[in-house]
Amino acid sequence: MFKNKWTYLGFFILGVFLVCAIFAPYLAPEDPYQISLVKQLALPSGDEILGRDRNGGDIFSRLLFGARISLVISVVVVAVSGLIGITLGLISGYYGGWIDTVLMRMVDILLAFPPLLLAIALVAVLGPSLSNIVIALIVLGWVPFARLVRGQVLSLKQRNYILAAKTSGQADVRIMFVHILPNIISTVIVQATFALASVIISESSLSFLGLGAPPGTPSWGAMLSEGKRVILDAPHVSIFPGLAIMLVVIGFNFLGDGLRDRFDPKTNRL
Amino acid sequence: MTPLLEVKHLSIDFKLNDQIIPILKDISFTLNKGETLGIVGESGSGKTVTVQSILRLIPKPPLYRISGEIWFKQQDLLQLPLSDLRRIRGQKIAYIFQEPMTALNPVLTIGEQISEMLKEHQKIKGSDLKEKVIELLYETGIPSPELRVNNYPHELSGGMRQRAMIAMALSCDPEILLADEPTTALDVTIQAQILDLFQKIARDRGMAVIFVTHDLSVIAEIANQVLVMKSGTIMDYGDIFTVFDHPTSDYTKQLLAFI
Repeated sequence: MFKNKWTYLGFFILGVFLVCAIFAPYLAPEDPYQISLVKQLALPSGDEILGRDRNGGDIFSRLLFGARISLVISVVVVAVSGLIGITLGLISGYYGGWIDTVLMRMVDILLAFPPLLLAIALVAVLGPSLSNIVIALIVLGWVPFARLVRGQVLSLKQRNYILAAKTSGQADVRIMFVHILPNIISTVIVQATFALASVIISESSLSFLGLGAPPGTPSWGAMLSEGKRVILDAPHVSIFPGLAIMLVVIGFNFLGDGLRDRFDPKTNRL
Repeated sequence: MTPLLEVKHLSIDFKLNDQIIPILKDISFTLNKGETLGIVGESGSGKTVTVQSILRLIPKPPLYRISGEIWFKQQDLLQLPLSDLRRIRGQKIAYIFQEPMTALNPVLTIGEQISEMLKEHQKIKGSDLKEKVIELLYETGIPSPELRVNNYPHELSGGMRQRAMIAMALSCDPEILLADEPTTALDVTIQAQILDLFQKIARDRGMAVIFVTHDLSVIAEIANQVLVMKSGTIMDYGDIFTVFDHPTSDYTKQLLAFI
């Protein structure tokens, strides 16, 4: 089904993390919130395969529950921001004129800020919590989708088949969603997989900075942050969350490339 | 008999680089039911603009000013609200483009594209829809239509694509078919087949056709009326025999000398 073999690896990696996230309560050997001061910073061993953190929490259990947070946040953020961005991009590119001008100036304003800084500012205003991270990332997340879609629509709407659809009396909404969107969906999917990866990194970064989950929550970013204080004495505390983030990001990127090849009939033909 | 379509004193100006350029100057013609009008002229003579303006397809910009009247069923198409015009587009007046490759959506199968038309205008659904699509492909002479219906445009040959375009145009049984150089991008044998198809459709369905081409010999083959254009003005207009036998302008005489 996929010519690109890496896609299967992407599926596999994400599949493993998905199973971990869904079945975390059954797979985890311990309660991720459990504190055990006698076992602080224990090294990986037979009982505790990934070792223990500063509070004696089992890193493996915490990673499993952390997968839930990372995957849910990234999917929610990308789904909502993608929907907003695609719709605004379609409207902006298709109608042009003042609608386009207003929307694209908004995009310019949002792009003028370094994204992480803006997210930090938003979370600082809204207050640190996971749901506020989601809101902040959605506020930023729709921008690349809108820009990408608008650019594609601008070139597509000049094509004869769009003119042909207009000529045949089809409504604007139908032209946008039935004729234009399928032509750009492959690019949007690639953008979405990159966005999923970057949301995971942003969420981790914000949690790392203490702006996300409350202390003790098993979020990968927060785990990294805790690990940095003991990185020289107990590197395993930061290495495993770091590896988890890296693997998921790689998984999404492989998946995105494969899906693009699969869905685009133009590359299929070759 | 009142004509099906009547264009009166149509003039169009474009604005390009702050310059106002007249594109059409005082174009008038009529089209009766069952009649085929051939519009002929060189590149840039305004043939395409003339037919596109009937459905108000000219983008603004470059369109700057449009004046005159286009009457269809007691309605002036130039004054009609867009929502009403949309009901005429495709359903009453259909348009066929020159290049069938670019006029078909590359990511939808031809079956899906024809279905879109039927869903929009005729509200046909389910198995009736598929049947109707296959019937249309069959009528336009596409071999094994039940298989072709699932093909993407790039999987069809040029001639088949144009047949699919024609099937799409015919889907809502329009009263007027506007064909903008539908055979120019095809090779000669396929051209002849497509011209035959046009004649057959016009005859069977009693449809009026406006056929744009730069090829007088094509006009000679299929049109009853002919309109010769140059630089946005009418050089000759009338019954095909009258124009061919007694052209009034030197330009038409020159064109005829090349056949």
